[in-house]
Amino acid sequence: MKRALTGFVGAVLEAWQELRIHRTRVLLSLIGVAVAVCSLTTVVALGAIVQQANEELSERSSGRPATLYLSAYSDGTGTGGGSGEIDGELMDATWADTLERYDVTYGSRVLSGSQNVGFVDGIVPVGVQAVDQPYGEMHRVRVSEGAWFTPGDALQLAPRLIVNQIFWERIGSPDLATHPTVKLGGQGAQPTTIAVVTGVTPVASYETEPSMFMLVDQFAAVQAADPTGGGGGAGGFVDPFAGGAQTQYEMWVPPALAEPLIPLLQRDFTAALGEGVQVDVFRQDFAQYGDDPFLVTKLVVGGIAVLVLLLGALGLVNIALVTVKQRVREIGIRRSFGATAGRVFFAVMMESVVATVAAGIAGVVAAVLVVQSPWVRDLVGQGMITDFPPFPVDAALLGLVAATAVGALAGLLPALVAVRVKVIDAIRY
Amino acid sequence: MSLLHLSEVTRTVIPPDQPALTILNGVDLTVEPGDRVSIVGRSGSGKSTLLNLMGLLDQPTSGTLTFDDRPVKSYSSAERDRVRGARIGFIFQQFNLLPGRTALENVTMPLLYASGTQFWRRKAIAAEMLEQVGLGHRLTSLPDRLSGGEQQRVAIARSLVRGPSLILADEPTGALDLDTGQTVMELIDDVATRTGAALVIITHDPAIATRARDHYRLDRGVLRRADAGVGERAAVLAVGGGGAAGPGASGASA
Repeated sequence: MKRALTGFVGAVLEAWQELRIHRTRVLLSLIGVAVAVCSLTTVVALGAIVQQANEELSERSSGRPATLYLSAYSDGTGTGGGSGEIDGELMDATWADTLERYDVTYGSRVLSGSQNVGFVDGIVPVGVQAVDQPYGEMHRVRVSEGAWFTPGDALQLAPRLIVNQIFWERIGSPDLATHPTVKLGGQGAQPTTIAVVTGVTPVASYETEPSMFMLVDQFAAVQAADPTGGGGGAGGFVDPFAGGAQTQYEMWVPPALAEPLIPLLQRDFTAALGEGVQVDVFRQDFAQYGDDPFLVTKLVVGGIAVLVLLLGALGLVNIALVTVKQRVREIGIRRSFGATAGRVFFAVMMESVVATVAAGIAGVVAAVLVVQSPWVRDLVGQGMITDFPPFPVDAALLGLVAATAVGALAGLLPALVAVRVKVIDAIRY
Repeated sequence: MSLLHLSEVTRTVIPPDQPALTILNGVDLTVEPGDRVSIVGRSGSGKSTLLNLMGLLDQPTSGTLTFDDRPVKSYSSAERDRVRGARIGFIFQQFNLLPGRTALENVTMPLLYASGTQFWRRKAIAAEMLEQVGLGHRLTSLPDRLSGGEQQRVAIARSLVRGPSLILADEPTGALDLDTGQTVMELIDDVATRTGAALVIITHDPAIATRARDHYRLDRGVLRRADAGVGERAAVLAVGGGGAAGPGASGASA
């Protein structure tokens, strides 16, 4: 035991001494490994960030896991909806009851429409997504200026608007603290409604048109006051609640509760809306399928990283082999002073491992600096990530483990060569 | 109890595409603790092969080689290495210091293969050893900054640092001038006497050989004992040196 300890410490010391003395050569040979580890770690870490970006994008469009969507339509045979339409108020009331019954905090109605907005250059129809207040949290809506709707906003007489960057710039990028207003409606002789802009959402590079979020009830009120205001033309008014099918109802629940809730919601809504109404409840978030939706991305990224590392290892083996051949005499001298074959093998191996671990640490540090740099974050996230993930610990660990493994593999061949050195010939050499 | 004993030892090598070559033939030699043995022989007589056998770096083709009365063949490879490290110290003609390492690191090197106190106190032990050979002020000097004599003194310190019971010196003064050679030999003698180690010197320099108490000469693989008498010593050395074959031999006959 004592001998094993001194043997191990001695081998590490020998390896360290060797590295210290040949630091230039070692440094040069390790640049490849450090770069490879840096690439591997960076790629894995960026993979995690890209995955987060993808998740967030998915969550923005179809909600966070688990988001249940509910829709109901009448097949025209029952009592619920007369001529195939479902009473919007009844639907809303049922929805509110349901959220309360199951103690669901995050529930939102979602309705897409259009609303005329008066800009300085004229009245323009602007796409509206009418939602309830919890929608912002449910869909990770990112607000770059101001803030998302507050629960109190629904009580305001002047509707609150969360507009996109294009909209905001079009009204002159006013300071939101000054409560900037815009006029809604006002086509021809129709009345106008003054609305207050309380938040600004960033836009993706592909977006070119102004758009905005409104609270559902305020949108409905504005539309009711100005029936021509939506759709941008006479007769364009569409009653948003004429038939529950046009309004989407969604709730964000713990994933484990999603499955048991589906039949309960179906039962409750069917009971409330009467016979002849078909109620559909389904999940649409990215995690609805048990499989990892990013598996392919991960495999491709991992494959590239392994290739990079193998190239680094090849370079290291090459240099290590040449070096050992130059060190035959030294190995002979050490053997003559009592170094066993095992010890020589271990020491040469340790040289490689100690060196690659050092290179690995350097590579991981470089990777952290690269991945955490604001420039790379902007490039990868495209400004669309809300919760930028911290540098993944598993990526850093993977980098270190990979470096150690490469060191051991690259040290194996030279260590075998070193053990085969004939002491007598080596000293005379 | 003998420290090292060779009985009827033969060493044969088979060069590629050539018939077997007998390098050592029926060598008998016994080294007791504290002995001073010199072996002279001209180049190619088998001196280095004999040294390698005595240093447990090689195995005889036939015959018996024992260390501490135990046949070397019964040692495992690792045991042989460990016995060599702990009990045998080498001094080479070309010093064979590790390049790029300081004098202290070179002397510390054998202690890296020790265990216990010798391992953990290696720096202090090595520094003390260098002090003993008069190099206490050159601990951090690299070999290429040391003179030949100083390098050999570092090599001597390295060979003695683990307190060996057998010192094998292969032409220890071969790369040194006459005066330095004498000084180095006195140092080896002195340290060996102090530590009680047996000293086997392989040389073709009669001046060095005469310092030993037991004299042997190796001629074409055959080892013969030479009488220790002063008159005969010169004659033995002259024969051992191979007549006019080497500078040492011609010096002795002169």
